[in-house]
Amino acid sequence: MATTPNREAPPDTFERDADVLVIGGGMAGAWAAAAAAAEGAAVVLVDKGYCGTSGVTAAAGPGHWWAPPDPPQARETAIRNRQAIAFGLGDPAWMYAVLDQTWRTLPTLGQHYRFPIDDRGQVNYRAVRGPEYMRALRALIEERGVTVLDHSPALELLARPDGTIGGAQGLQRQQANRPWRVRAGAVVLAAGGTSFLSHLLGARTNTGDGYLMAAEAGAELSGMEFTAAYTIAPERSTMTRTMSYAFATYYDADGREIDAPFGPDQTERIARALLAGPVTCSLHRLPADIQARLPTISPNVMLPFDRWGIDPYRQRFAVTLHTDGTIRGIGGVKVADRDCATTVPGLFVAGDNASRELVAGASSGGGNVNSAWALSSGTWAGRGAVAFARRAGGSATARLKPLGRAGLHPVASQGPVDVAALRAAVRSEMQPYDKNLFRSGDRLIRSRQALDAAWRLIADHAGGHDTNPLAARETAALIATARWSVTAALARDESRGMHRREDRPGLNPALGRRLLVSGFDDVWIRPDEALPGPGLHARELVA
Amino acid sequence: MIELVIAERCTACNACVAVCPTNVFDAVAAGPPVIARQADCQTCFMCELYCRADALYVAPDCERPTPSDPAAIVASGLLGQYRRDSGWDEWAERYPNEQWLMETVFRRAAEAAKAPPSL
Repeated sequence: MATTPNREAPPDTFERDADVLVIGGGMAGAWAAAAAAAEGAAVVLVDKGYCGTSGVTAAAGPGHWWAPPDPPQARETAIRNRQAIAFGLGDPAWMYAVLDQTWRTLPTLGQHYRFPIDDRGQVNYRAVRGPEYMRALRALIEERGVTVLDHSPALELLARPDGTIGGAQGLQRQQANRPWRVRAGAVVLAAGGTSFLSHLLGARTNTGDGYLMAAEAGAELSGMEFTAAYTIAPERSTMTRTMSYAFATYYDADGREIDAPFGPDQTERIARALLAGPVTCSLHRLPADIQARLPTISPNVMLPFDRWGIDPYRQRFAVTLHTDGTIRGIGGVKVADRDCATTVPGLFVAGDNASRELVAGASSGGGNVNSAWALSSGTWAGRGAVAFARRAGGSATARLKPLGRAGLHPVASQGPVDVAALRAAVRSEMQPYDKNLFRSGDRLIRSRQALDAAWRLIADHAGGHDTNPLAARETAALIATARWSVTAALARDESRGMHRREDRPGLNPALGRRLLVSGFDDVWIRPDEALPGPGLHARELVA
Repeated sequence: MIELVIAERCTACNACVAVCPTNVFDAVAAGPPVIARQADCQTCFMCELYCRADALYVAPDCERPTPSDPAAIVASGLLGQYRRDSGWDEWAERYPNEQWLMETVFRRAAEAAKAPPSL
């Protein structure tokens, strides 16, 4: 048994009071904890896995969207280029603020991360290695006194009687699933996005748990239709590191070269070829000097090849595309104000857990924009949470109500639920290229029906003593997130950015606004009243 | 997926138990940890990076187990490759971090794609 949501915490519960609770220990959560602790707040950070290795940053090599203030045209150009592919959904003031915050904050990690000197003798801050970056972030937050609870997944948020969020509870899976419960002045959700259990590198723990918890508290999500990003990898591997593939040559089953040049259409062309049959790849065009330095650029890229005995520069190897879902996609919890607060008081959101439409628009934020967003939104959410906690003052003694539902409390009869089958159902709707990358109304409706059936099973029957609560909650989050994504994709009956509808190939000017999605048994869509536009002035956002 | 904990190399420090993001290992009293939940392995290689004894072997196949012979893997020289190339621990200073070159590579690729075919 893991939780006792309708009673006071059992006696063996790990309990802690804090000003700020951060849920998630990837880069957004770590930056949030760092910012909150720098304000003098008592901060607890919980991670489903280990803060430093879990999440998609840890095994990757994130670049950051980066433009120094001098010359001023650099930022203007970066924002203009981004606006050109935002398809009306981006906000230049937020873009400016993200560029500025990233430029100010990333170098503060210099005590713990040795930023290298590039060929021109300059310190390079923007491109970091994931494992070293997350190790440094952990060192930074420990230095600032943050309490880190590893292997301690959050299962549900806790609300005060006035509806504000005042903590969370979960279990410590390496302590025989001992419950934990943290009462906090405010909560930052930085639980990541989800790739719907694709084999995207480092994404296994990213099951959309933060979306589920936020929605249970009453938050809406935004940009959930923009989940159609895919990344190349050697078949049967997780190695979604793409740099070398900028020079790749692809071949069909008959060995003929596929017309898929490096550029914005490359992924779609490879996906079309994969729908027709196996695709192989050769990296023989990667320049020799880059081949020689690859191990010191991206040390994990050669691991699969070396262990399989493949020379990727001379031999062809089979490739696949892994779904990025909301990770290189856009969707997440709607950001309601400049502190990265949600519409639920006391609840803040950061990184992939938050919608990135403000800075990414309708096109993938890739590694660059999404990393800069994770850093910036984490910083703002951490500070905003401290300010809220200080305003909330002495409400820490209030009785807290757990908000978790699906996977914890069955609506109908409690009974055995085949979690593996439900996860397979999510994958079979969200992975295939002809369902999620090349979309059409009729196929989306069929996906929605399959996901509705899966939702009924998990919501009606999962929970209780014979259920693994973490597995049930992850599965509920995966299904809920997939339903929001598919429903938003149906509502956006046009093609815009990474959302491609084969039955609606053009832009519909009436849909040049963000779509908000919410709900569980019934899923609701409504246009965001706030049109994207000038938004807040950049100066208001920059600290 | 994680395949091997090489017993004769393992110092039972249990770093892998602590750092595995998906909780694959279980600590064992006075002995090497065991791979308790192999199917949960996400093939991220992070355990190898944190294993100072180079006692872990992750096979690249993320979909199914790869039967692996410990003696052959030890002889292959592959153990510790990731830690070495990353310049971790005792390899610091000897293997630089050139992640910043990634941007240059993408730029060169974009320029090459724009150039007319050199036939």
